[in-house]
Amino acid sequence: MTDLGDIWVYLSSSPLLHLTLTLVAYLIGARLYRRFNLHPLLNPVLIAVLILVAVLLITDTDYATYFEGAQFVHFLLGPATVALAIPLYNQIERVRRSAASLISALVLGSLSAAASAAAIAWALGASPEVVASIAPKSVTTPIAMGISEKLGGLPSLTAVLVILTGVLGATLGPILLNLMRIRDWRARGLAIGVGGHGIGTARAMQVNEVAGAFAGLAMGLNALATAILLPLIWAWLF
Amino acid sequence: MLESLTLLLACQLVGEVAVAYFAIPVPGPVVGMVLLFLGLCIRRGVPAPLQQTANGLLSNLSLLFVPAGTGVLLHVALIREALLPIGVSLVLSTLVAVAVTALAMVGFEKLAGRKGPDAP
Repeated sequence: MTDLGDIWVYLSSSPLLHLTLTLVAYLIGARLYRRFNLHPLLNPVLIAVLILVAVLLITDTDYATYFEGAQFVHFLLGPATVALAIPLYNQIERVRRSAASLISALVLGSLSAAASAAAIAWALGASPEVVASIAPKSVTTPIAMGISEKLGGLPSLTAVLVILTGVLGATLGPILLNLMRIRDWRARGLAIGVGGHGIGTARAMQVNEVAGAFAGLAMGLNALATAILLPLIWAWLF
Repeated sequence: MLESLTLLLACQLVGEVAVAYFAIPVPGPVVGMVLLFLGLCIRRGVPAPLQQTANGLLSNLSLLFVPAGTGVLLHVALIREALLPIGVSLVLSTLVAVAVTALAMVGFEKLAGRKGPDAP
């Protein structure tokens, strides 16, 4: 019989273990989320990340080792982003009818997200590096990292802040929209897409197709608007 | 299924190449999304297998953010050090973004005299 320690050494160096672990953690999160009727506070990403962080800390595994397995899941973000064209196409008539309001609302939302994030962090005494890392946090991961680098932030810190923002947008966003009595699915989707990028879009997609399409569109256009405007405004301010 | 997945990857690949070649300040997959969207507009419809593959990917979209989210492990020290500014800024600015976007959209649509489908 092989020693259990040897099996652990083998497993922990192969991508299989951490890939499986990622899926199991997410399935636990997704099951809880469905059990409680998609309650926004039980966001499956949040639950999965908490489980994984606990497991990695307990087993003393570093992130690079974990990512060797998790990269296969991470990779699918690319084709999934491309696939957002499909719900968008299915809703094209609705989008075209409100194009002017949609684009104006989006630019206002994008600017207020970046400006409020940077201003609050700065006012509470964060270092310039952290302020620059936090400014693009409402933009989906790869592009936020690029913007952060241009502004003099830490791209890898930005990646984490982006995910935290997505979870916040997907959990607090629907609660706030209910409190504000916003019932229009287009406005709800747009707001969740600007506030919570892909994680917000994932949530919107599960709740309503119109909201999902508008959220996906908001995520894409927010990325575009922030990538173009933020470095220009930053250069002008500092 | 295989054709649809290949199509999605091909759009992303063309997107990545275009971004690198023309120095576009947008990630490759977003350009790929625009290309696929234009393709669907020209073809006037979504082929059934593509719709199926997209549904499969998009219904599990949140799973795909888990590996990046677990990266929080890398920055525990930095985040703990700046916990107050980071925490307050993330929560408040997210609420501001959601409120401003939703109010603006509802307001502009009201001005235009249009109404969308409502949540119950």
